Amino acid sequence: MYVAVKGGERAIANAHAWLAEERRGDPAVPELTVAQIREQQRLAVDRVMTEGSLYDPDLAALALKQARGDQVEAIFLLRAYRTTLTRFGATVPLETSRMTVRRRVSAIFKDVPGGQVLGPTFDYTHRLLDFALAANGEPPAAPIAETPLADTLPGVIDVLNRESLIETEVAPSEAPTPPDLTREPLRFPAPRAMRLQNLARGDEGFLLALGYSTQRGYGRNHPFAGEIRFGEVTVEFEAPELGFAVELGDIELTECQMVNQFAGSKTEPPQFTRGYGTSFGHGERKAMGMALVDRALRAAELGEEVTSPAQDTEFVLYHSDNVEAQGFVQHLKLPHYVDFQSELTVIRGMRRTAAQTREAALAEAAE
Amino acid sequence: MKSDHDAKNRQRRLAALARSERETLEDALDRIKPPPRYDVVKPAETGLVMVRGRAGGSGAPFNLGEMTVTRCVVRGADGALGVGYVAGRDRRKAELVAIFDALLQDPERVGQLESDVIAPAEQRRRERQDHVLARAAATRVDFFTVVRGE
Repeated sequence: MYVAVKGGERAIANAHAWLAEERRGDPAVPELTVAQIREQQRLAVDRVMTEGSLYDPDLAALALKQARGDQVEAIFLLRAYRTTLTRFGATVPLETSRMTVRRRVSAIFKDVPGGQVLGPTFDYTHRLLDFALAANGEPPAAPIAETPLADTLPGVIDVLNRESLIETEVAPSEAPTPPDLTREPLRFPAPRAMRLQNLARGDEGFLLALGYSTQRGYGRNHPFAGEIRFGEVTVEFEAPELGFAVELGDIELTECQMVNQFAGSKTEPPQFTRGYGTSFGHGERKAMGMALVDRALRAAELGEEVTSPAQDTEFVLYHSDNVEAQGFVQHLKLPHYVDFQSELTVIRGMRRTAAQTREAALAEAAE
Repeated sequence: MKSDHDAKNRQRRLAALARSERETLEDALDRIKPPPRYDVVKPAETGLVMVRGRAGGSGAPFNLGEMTVTRCVVRGADGALGVGYVAGRDRRKAELVAIFDALLQDPERVGQLESDVIAPAEQRRRERQDHVLARAAATRVDFFTVVRGE
């Protein structure tokens, strides 16, 4: 147990002053601006927005600057900031099928309407350090095709699922208001909407590792990347003052549709099932990890045996949040003097008792 | 009672205004002589909306994460209420959108503003979008499947 302590104000203030100096680094090197982080460290910004669960690229860039590039610390800052703002309401659910696509690939269908579009990807790069970047210089302009892509590309699965061999995701006509983990605690069994919110906020590393574990045999579910898309989606909000949905603007979003083998059950014919992953900005690794885990967590619903960590809803959902996890792990650094003193007393007592028992036994043997 | 057509137009204009740069709107307002009068009914306020996604992209809604939004309500000289909702935290921009929303409800101004402010904003968006889509199209590939074991 942590017990409140007093004092140390001056040491703490001095430590924070030093931290600020360390954050700035060598003053002979020009200071980073928030705009530079937002534009040139964009994927770090995207991760902070996703796991901070707040889309605002400028705030995420500021948080990264303040946190000296520490992602989890920046995510914590964003989570703390959001509590200072009032909520106006919830948006109309996003129509990702109407995304302005920058990248869209499918690993299961070669010929998809609109084609395989690589977009700005690290895939197929050689992962060799580019020393040209150490010297500054503008990259050549990216080539432009004569004919642009269509304004929207329909979802691969929706288009190519003519035989209905892949499970369909249909919006219920009267969808209940989805649970909101920012206002209510986790409960079990957790409905899928609750799981998806938890995973969307969840730590990328944790979900990546769990997803990987399913591939290596711990809850194997035979995944294929049905579709990965990244681009801009319009956000609409039913404004009470207007009486209609107003477009607030566009956000960048990544989406992964995982398609998984499924043998069928007593009620369902054999078909492919699906797992879903998404992230703010460009976050493919996160979206893929999330999709694998989403599917793994459907094990019970699909009548599969729950044997592995990635299929264990309580294990996954209780440990996915890196702000909670870092808080509980790092609180161990705070003074536990009283706690430890009492443990010391207990240990001393146990030793005394053990010694007395031994002496008594020796005395008995000598008689 | 406003017609559906009016509501559709207002929706389209608000979408164009929300995607405009603050400076562009500021300049457009400066060009209006004499400067239009308006009262602030609800001062610009930054808050959050919860962005909803759908399971599998098309299924039941879930809460994906929040985003910052700023809103403002003004009343124009003719009594029309102007409403501004914009993504982000720019309070002046939300106020400018509200001002233009009020002005655009004036039948004597709407024609001019449509061609001076809304049409250029829609065109800029189209151009930005086409630029993205043309670069994306340049990265379209054909993967050839190589038959294994031959």
